[in-house]
Amino acid sequence: MEFGLSQEQILLQDSIARYLKDQVPLDEVRAVAEDPERDQPIWHGLTELGLAGLIIPEAHGGVGLGLLDAVVVGETLGYHITPGPFLSTAIMAPSLLIAAGQTDRLADIAAGRYRVGIALSEAVGARLDAGMAVSDGRLTGKALFALDAMADAYIVNGPNRQLYWVDSEGPGVTRTLLTTIDKTRTLCELKLDQAEATLLTDDPAVLQAGLDAGRIVQASDSLGAAQCMLDQAVAYAGQREQFNRVIASFQAVKHMCAEMASQLEPCRALIWYGGHALSEGNDPARLTVCHAKAHLSEVAQFVARTSTEVHGGMGFTDLVGLHYWFKRIGANRQLLGSPELLREEAARIQMLVA
Amino acid sequence: MDLTYGPEYNAFRAEVKAFVDANIDQQPKPGDGPRSPAVRAWQAKLIRNGYHSRTIPEAYGGYGAEPDIIQSRIIAEEFSAAQMNTGFSGQGISMLTPVLLELGTEAQKQQFIRKTIHGELIWCQGYSEPGAGSDLASLTTKAELDGDEWVINGQKIWTSTAQISDWIFCLVRTEPEAPKHLGISFLLFEMNTPGIEVRPLVDMTGAANFNEVFFTDVRVPKDQIVGQRGQGWQVANAILGHERGSLAPPDAAMSRLNGVIRLMQQETIGGARAIDNPVFRDRLMRLQGRVMAMQYNDMRLLSARINQNQDTKLAGMVVKLIGTELRHEIECLGIDVMGEIGLSYGDNPYLRGNGSWQYQYMYFLGLIIGGGTSQIQKNIISERGLGMPKEPKLATSGA
Ligand SMILES: Cc1cc2nc3c(=O)[nH]c(=O)nc-3n(C[C@H](O)[C@H](O)[C@H](O)COP(=O)(O)OP(=O)(O)OC[C@H]3O[C@@H](n4cnc5c(N)ncnc54)[C@H](O)[C@@H]3O)c2cc1C
Repeated sequence: MEFGLSQEQILLQDSIARYLKDQVPLDEVRAVAEDPERDQPIWHGLTELGLAGLIIPEAHGGVGLGLLDAVVVGETLGYHITPGPFLSTAIMAPSLLIAAGQTDRLADIAAGRYRVGIALSEAVGARLDAGMAVSDGRLTGKALFALDAMADAYIVNGPNRQLYWVDSEGPGVTRTLLTTIDKTRTLCELKLDQAEATLLTDDPAVLQAGLDAGRIVQASDSLGAAQCMLDQAVAYAGQREQFNRVIASFQAVKHMCAEMASQLEPCRALIWYGGHALSEGNDPARLTVCHAKAHLSEVAQFVARTSTEVHGGMGFTDLVGLHYWFKRIGANRQLLGSPELLREEAARIQMLVA
Repeated sequence: MDLTYGPEYNAFRAEVKAFVDANIDQQPKPGDGPRSPAVRAWQAKLIRNGYHSRTIPEAYGGYGAEPDIIQSRIIAEEFSAAQMNTGFSGQGISMLTPVLLELGTEAQKQQFIRKTIHGELIWCQGYSEPGAGSDLASLTTKAELDGDEWVINGQKIWTSTAQISDWIFCLVRTEPEAPKHLGISFLLFEMNTPGIEVRPLVDMTGAANFNEVFFTDVRVPKDQIVGQRGQGWQVANAILGHERGSLAPPDAAMSRLNGVIRLMQQETIGGARAIDNPVFRDRLMRLQGRVMAMQYNDMRLLSARINQNQDTKLAGMVVKLIGTELRHEIECLGIDVMGEIGLSYGDNPYLRGNGSWQYQYMYFLGLIIGGGTSQIQKNIISERGLGMPKEPKLATSGA
């Protein structure tokens, strides 16, 4: 019996962390915030490390790792608020394509030739009049807040939870960047007018598999981002002096940090179990994933606010850049299902909803 | 990540299951007191078969198995699944016995362990005093050596089960000149020694589970000390660690949460089941996610005891703080879904679950305070877990 990360997983985490520390420091993130196109070279670098093909089978040119490995990587990317389409291109798209039995595009994804966006907001909870209609195999309608405004193609939710593949450059496809608080990843509005679409599957279980994978990795991203905010709070408190002593020696500050740590630390085991259970098909995988994403949203939000408070006015400025983590956590909370929606789904899985 | 226990444990699990099946009907009944023959016989049977005091050497009355964390876990799982009585607990077994095994003399082990684990000696823990709670090391109950005896004077408070205990393990000041942490000794003595007076204190649940204990010239043989003179603080800390984590086990929290689910399916508000109210349901699910996190955290801690290279320092430190507060909130939800019915207590005909919802709600507030308050836990987490500095001492305070 061993509940924890393997030696290989720890090495993987360390090597990616080292790369990000050197190659994608906060200044790079700031540059992407100014110009979203700047995430291309970053993604290219990560692709060379194997991240695009992380969970794609070796037979299709990927690394062939599982979702527990993916959450380990996701946590590291969250810790360093790494820009780019990891969640959509490297996690959700391959999960959806593999579950749909559509493997011919996997090699291109693994090689970094394709960025695949995810337009599934409407499958989780459609807002306004967003949604798609199909006629003669063509899609017409609007998808809001699709992941990755610079993707080469999108996986789009159909009216009956079917999934379609739509090329970004195809006729009838219009894409508009939607500015959000989080500048480390891009979201867009996808308008389709009689757009050509390839049906990937009409089995709703495929959609579920993609959402499960996306949610657990998204939750691990929040875990990493929150851990970094806690570490920054402890470090800052250890050097900032007021009233002739470091503020870390004030009990109010210590207790803020202790509360962050004691809520966050058990999340690690929850996330690991979620990733492991999805890989192995263990029970209760889906329930754990819903709870993991909902719970991490709450805990990370608490950490985001508290860490900012520990930094005082400095936390509120752009100078230390803490707000990039704050906003990343805020975006993760809403994407792929807010905590309230996920808790309701958790209740439904247990047949507690009439 | 490997969550299987391995095929070598299948036979062991089958053995435990067989024991549970064969004995489930012979458990003591809920009303049987701790000194009743039925309870004593049950305890002896559990020990004889290795389901209690499993790793305590046979020479001291235990079963004498090699420590095997997975075997212990399997026993706990099977007993809990069948809701089988797991035998005695209490401070003598959970706190004193481990300390005697580690630090007691051979004579003390012989004298106390067998009787304690068999429930023939009930113990209480005499640490807290009116002037020494969180700051336990400032305790002032003193013991002075007079020939071959300690003479003890002073007062303890909040002493759980003192009113029914045979013996007490007690912290007393023996070296008044030494710095406060180095002047304390750990003594064992009988509760019927002349000069001891026990006054029960009614707590907020209405029960009198803890007491004030007064000592006036209580004379205790000199050798009834564990560890050396002045080492009592280290001895006591060895057991406080044993106590903390076990105050709020997550599996118990989950089974209590499942009780809330059943309650919500049965209780109605304006004719609709409480579970159909989305606000209550959201609170329920939020708690379920939190308990789940603590359960996997617990698995991680279990794993770290088997795989020595895993660092779970922080994961272990947070269990008492999070676990007791979580449990308090679970009981609170149970009350809230019942509304006015949730107020029922005592002989009220609308009482649910024998009044356990209100009782546990209050009881767990007691555990938030007892065993090191939540605030003290946060001090420990920030200082020992996160490496933050201690608060500067006031110039006027003692050593
Ligand atoms: C149900 C129950 C059973 C108990 N059983 C036993 C028993 O069997 N044997 C025994 O010896 N004792 C027992 N106790 C006593 C328990 O250990 C103490 O109550 C506890 O350690 C707190 O001490 P206190 O009550 O003196 O509170 P205080 O120490 O006076 O604390 C009061 C408040 O001040 C806060 N505070 C104190 N110091 C600090 C600090 N440094 N930083 C921040 N906040 C601080 C506390 O957190 C608390 O909120 C029991 C208590 C309870 C509630």
